[in-house]
Amino acid sequence: MATEIKAPPYRVFNIAPAVVPGAMADVKTFVASDKIQENLGFPVFETPDWHDKAIGKMGELLGKYRSLKVYMDACVHCGACSDKCHYFIGTGDPKNMPVARQDLMRSVYRRYFTLPGKLFPWLVGARDLTREVLDEWYNYYHQCSECRRCSVFCPYGIDTAEITMAAREILDSAGYGQKYSNEIIGKVHAIGNNLGLPKPALIDTLEGLEEDTKEDTGFDIRFPLDVKGAEVLLITPSADFFAEPHIDSLIGYAKVFHAAGISWTLSSMSSEAGNFGMFIGNYEQMRKIALRIRQAALELGVKRIVVGECGHAWRVAYSFWNTLIGVGDGGKDPYAIELQKQLDHRYKQPMHICELTWDLAEKKIITFDKEANDKHIITFHDSCNVARGSGMGDTFGGQFEIPRNIVKAVANHFHEMPEGTTHEQTFCCGGGGGLLTDDLLDLRVKGSLPRMEALQHVVDAHGVNFMACICAICKAQFTKVLPYYGFDRRLIGGVHQLVSNAIKLGDK
Amino acid sequence: MPHIEVNGKSYETDEEGYLLNLAEWNMDVAEYIAKTENLNMTDNHWEVINFLREYYEEYQIAPAVRVLTKAIGKKFGPEKGTSQYLYELFPYGPGKQACKVAGLPKPTGCI
Repeated sequence: MATEIKAPPYRVFNIAPAVVPGAMADVKTFVASDKIQENLGFPVFETPDWHDKAIGKMGELLGKYRSLKVYMDACVHCGACSDKCHYFIGTGDPKNMPVARQDLMRSVYRRYFTLPGKLFPWLVGARDLTREVLDEWYNYYHQCSECRRCSVFCPYGIDTAEITMAAREILDSAGYGQKYSNEIIGKVHAIGNNLGLPKPALIDTLEGLEEDTKEDTGFDIRFPLDVKGAEVLLITPSADFFAEPHIDSLIGYAKVFHAAGISWTLSSMSSEAGNFGMFIGNYEQMRKIALRIRQAALELGVKRIVVGECGHAWRVAYSFWNTLIGVGDGGKDPYAIELQKQLDHRYKQPMHICELTWDLAEKKIITFDKEANDKHIITFHDSCNVARGSGMGDTFGGQFEIPRNIVKAVANHFHEMPEGTTHEQTFCCGGGGGLLTDDLLDLRVKGSLPRMEALQHVVDAHGVNFMACICAICKAQFTKVLPYYGFDRRLIGGVHQLVSNAIKLGDK
Repeated sequence: MPHIEVNGKSYETDEEGYLLNLAEWNMDVAEYIAKTENLNMTDNHWEVINFLREYYEEYQIAPAVRVLTKAIGKKFGPEKGTSQYLYELFPYGPGKQACKVAGLPKPTGCI
């Protein structure tokens, strides 16, 4: 690291920061190599026709997604979004205001796709897509975590995340891909998960977990892999097999299945919940990644598909799996129809692990020893894609209530962070949307400022020492950035980590 | 391509200084990379590095943090079998920083 990365100071008043033009202009995440691009069937950079490819793709997207065209046309620059982005709050760079981020594309849109912009570009803020503009796009569209907080405040409902996704899709079409996301997508296609964790390593890890849980609990908690005829296929982020604190939630899921007597399995072929195809706004990649799940479900003959603690995975599962792969209603191709027939529709398809656990807890099929979590004074961080891109249960806002209900059922001490920083107004962890890479650490530290302020509030007021969440990216991001703000990295953990501590395994 | 020079020999790396060719790794290269990470290599560091390389050879990926802590604890004593101990050795995170010194590719994903 060339320059020392430091956390910005907390704000005295939670208002818009002083503007620092160009503060983050040079922050550029690593560009995908030709090899990484070719692996995905993407063009490489920089070919002479990049400009025409980009404008062509933009026209295609504007024709395909009415929302994008509305977002380009509708903004009246009212400013409601301007101070709602964690990256603007943390960096002060005015181009990290959502409206300015949108305008990077809007100005080009006007030049090529509106009459006034074609005739009098200087009158309507229209500009050519030059190489400089493309670089600006690359840098600032990789300073957006697609968290959608700004869209909550926009009177027109303009979704900056969708604009960012479109921008990245256009960049990819010109060959200008991001190394982090595109390398990972290549690994999923080749090996089956973001980590590139091959089957033998997965077996070794799961066997180790069985030994550990036996030692810890005295019970034979299984971590089954590729078991045909299992009731449940668990699709969870591969970080759950690899990283801390993620793995503690995996142990929690296994204990829930064990205690409830539900047969379940993981799949070595489809060992990833995450779907970075969404981050880069590429439908075909998103579908290709998701199809592994369908294939695994069909091959294993499972009756239910349950998704582990992964924020954007749940958005993809909840909102897109139905038409993408036929989990839920909507898929029309023969395999989707076959899968529909196979799945047990007495249960939600797909189901979030929190829905499963809470349902079992409500029916008293699983019970808890709350005192086991007494050392934890807990708060809950809503992950953006769960909060603003999905739902849970049968009631409005279930995605907020169900994880909290679980935490309150398994522990005695729970405190909310201040209003305006949770539920649908939650602040991103600072590492979502394909930005969880070391080369963006400075941005990630700065972008977590508003969340850290809110956390500090409950730490001071209630002595909170555990922030629970249900997202692998949030867990990894906080583990890394918490120390910059003077907190212990182990302050972050999963909801099912708490479940794991408290669940009763023996005689009920 | 970026590269590092060790004892007059050039080694290709990625943008972040991870060695591209696993087979080129040797102890001098490890010492060199460690220095760029502000690490002072001790026997304790080498125990971890050697285990990582053995594991990688068998499984083609670095071990999960939990697998690593358990193995180190078993091999070298329970006081070393904690993630806290590994973080003390490799403050940037045992997963990534130790892999870098061991000449292994960087683990990617939500970690």
